[in-house]
Amino acid sequence: MNTEQMKQTNIKATKKDRPWKRSLKDFYKKLVKNKSALIGGYLIIILIIIAIVGPFLTTLDPAKPDYAIKLEEPSADHWFGTDHHGRDIFTRVIHGLWITMFIGFTATILGSIAGVIIGIVSGYYGGKIDAVIMRFMDILLAFPGILLALALISILEPSRSNVIYAIAIFAIPTFARIVRGSTLATKNLEYIDAMKALGASDLRIISKHIFPNILSPIIVQASLFIANAVITASGLSFLGMGEQPPSPELGALLSDGRDFMWDAGHIALFPGLVIMLIVLAFNVFGDGLRDALDPKMNKK
Amino acid sequence: MNQETILDINDLRTSFLVDGFEVKAVDGVSFKLPKGKTIGIVGESGSGKSITAMSILQLLDKPGKIMGGEINFKGRDLTKLSEKEIRDIRGNEISMIFQEPMTSLNPVYTIGQQIRETLKVHQGLDKQRGTKKAIELLTLVGIPSPEQRVKQYPHELSGGMRQRVMIAMALACNPELLIADEPTTALDVTIQAQILELIKDLQSELGMSVIMITHDMGVVAETCDYVAVMYGGKVVEYQDVKSIFKSPKHPYTVGLLNSIPRHDTDVDELEPIKGNVPSPKDMPEGCRFAPRCPFATELCTQELPTLDTQADGGEVRCWIYTDRWDGDPEVNVRESKRTAESE
Repeated sequence: MNTEQMKQTNIKATKKDRPWKRSLKDFYKKLVKNKSALIGGYLIIILIIIAIVGPFLTTLDPAKPDYAIKLEEPSADHWFGTDHHGRDIFTRVIHGLWITMFIGFTATILGSIAGVIIGIVSGYYGGKIDAVIMRFMDILLAFPGILLALALISILEPSRSNVIYAIAIFAIPTFARIVRGSTLATKNLEYIDAMKALGASDLRIISKHIFPNILSPIIVQASLFIANAVITASGLSFLGMGEQPPSPELGALLSDGRDFMWDAGHIALFPGLVIMLIVLAFNVFGDGLRDALDPKMNKK
Repeated sequence: MNQETILDINDLRTSFLVDGFEVKAVDGVSFKLPKGKTIGIVGESGSGKSITAMSILQLLDKPGKIMGGEINFKGRDLTKLSEKEIRDIRGNEISMIFQEPMTSLNPVYTIGQQIRETLKVHQGLDKQRGTKKAIELLTLVGIPSPEQRVKQYPHELSGGMRQRVMIAMALACNPELLIADEPTTALDVTIQAQILELIKDLQSELGMSVIMITHDMGVVAETCDYVAVMYGGKVVEYQDVKSIFKSPKHPYTVGLLNSIPRHDTDVDELEPIKGNVPSPKDMPEGCRFAPRCPFATELCTQELPTLDTQADGGEVRCWIYTDRWDGDPEVNVRESKRTAESE
């Protein structure tokens, strides 16, 4: 649901609303109070729309060289200028935005699913399973993310799907840790005992009673992690370990511009700005989300 | 007891294995519950009463473990059932209500969804029939305008209302045995009376047997037919409810009764039982109550008495009622106050 629609439902909302709508409304109210989170949210929506719709609206081919117009400065014809092969940077950034966002989202989704499952199993069953899983997670956490991704990709080979897997793998321990902690706190609550006493199976308790209660830290972590995933994805391409030329992934565009930094700064400038914008939007939004979902902040 | 027995617990032993130590929380508990009757399990915190209840449904958290004994429910030994079989019994044939109604309901689901869930697990009812049954159940437990309540979340209800919802959930599948673990402790006094009344009414209406776990002798007097008094993981006295108030035998039972205010006698000061329940980690060697008992003799501190049946049918675990009693032969446990003072 986009924010405009949310606003409308808020106006329409009356006391007869279904309870989940009411809690959504409360949540939105809290989010709106946090101005930077709201700006982050709008920015994310705009970026997503551009990433999805943009590639269909551009008229130029992002990969086709035209040496007659190489290294041109920004102009009315080429808004962001052209690169050393004469390709339109604006077109390439629009296409690259899609690739980078796609990698960021998919890797975060994959990693969070795996991390959530591992974390819940670890926290819920405890004991030896927990000890073994968490020690393994500690090992993964000991590597800096990008280093782990680099190592994985050099074992595999540089390709878009491998970049996604590599980022997903280093997402797992962060999610697993948070989820395990929340599961530990939730599983000892009385309503979980009550559900057990009513004959619910472990799978049912986990999926219907623990998972919905630990969802908010997962959402916050996911929105913050997307920023991280985007940086890593473009970092990998920048180092030549991710997307391969002529792919217009944002990190690769940055890397292209590196050689012409003093003569044609615009080649690196615009992709860099867009990466910064994505990361900033998700970080600011994630922080605001955390404040809005944290019950301790509500008292203020 | 000639009636049909629904639950027969025999020498139940439940321990917690901590750092290689075995901490005996329940140590050889035995009692029988006739069908349709209520037994009260009474004792201080740490006496093992809740662990006994948890053992029946095998809801013990790690590192708790049933070390031995039998729990015969309708001729089946519950300790020998598989996880799947015990799950079919939980909430279906044996239900449990908990102490804290404020936290015993999941905050993310409506009342209706939570009641429906039990019905779905055990009877496979779909949403529509489940909701209908949920409304029936809420009416049964005396919740006004149940049609609206099923759509509400737990935080929109008061403590008493939530406990009623818990009872409705527990009753969803017409259980034959209801275990109530201090169901009124967290509620205020007027609500307590209402909830106890409700449990009693439902019991006679539905023909359930009830295990009432409590530390409140008032609750016992109100609801129970039989009483098992627990201390240090063992049953120290078992009697029917009238006899326990008329002629309590074990000094601990007397202590419990003396520590509650009474309306019929004028007492200036209540008499607490001195000291605390011993930790299961270092139980006294002899009678577990000996260190706090005003009558304790050398025999009491050295040897553990057995649970013996008395002339009037009650059972008591105390040396005073045996031939080997080495203290004052004229001792009267009900005059504990005077005795304690004269010592």
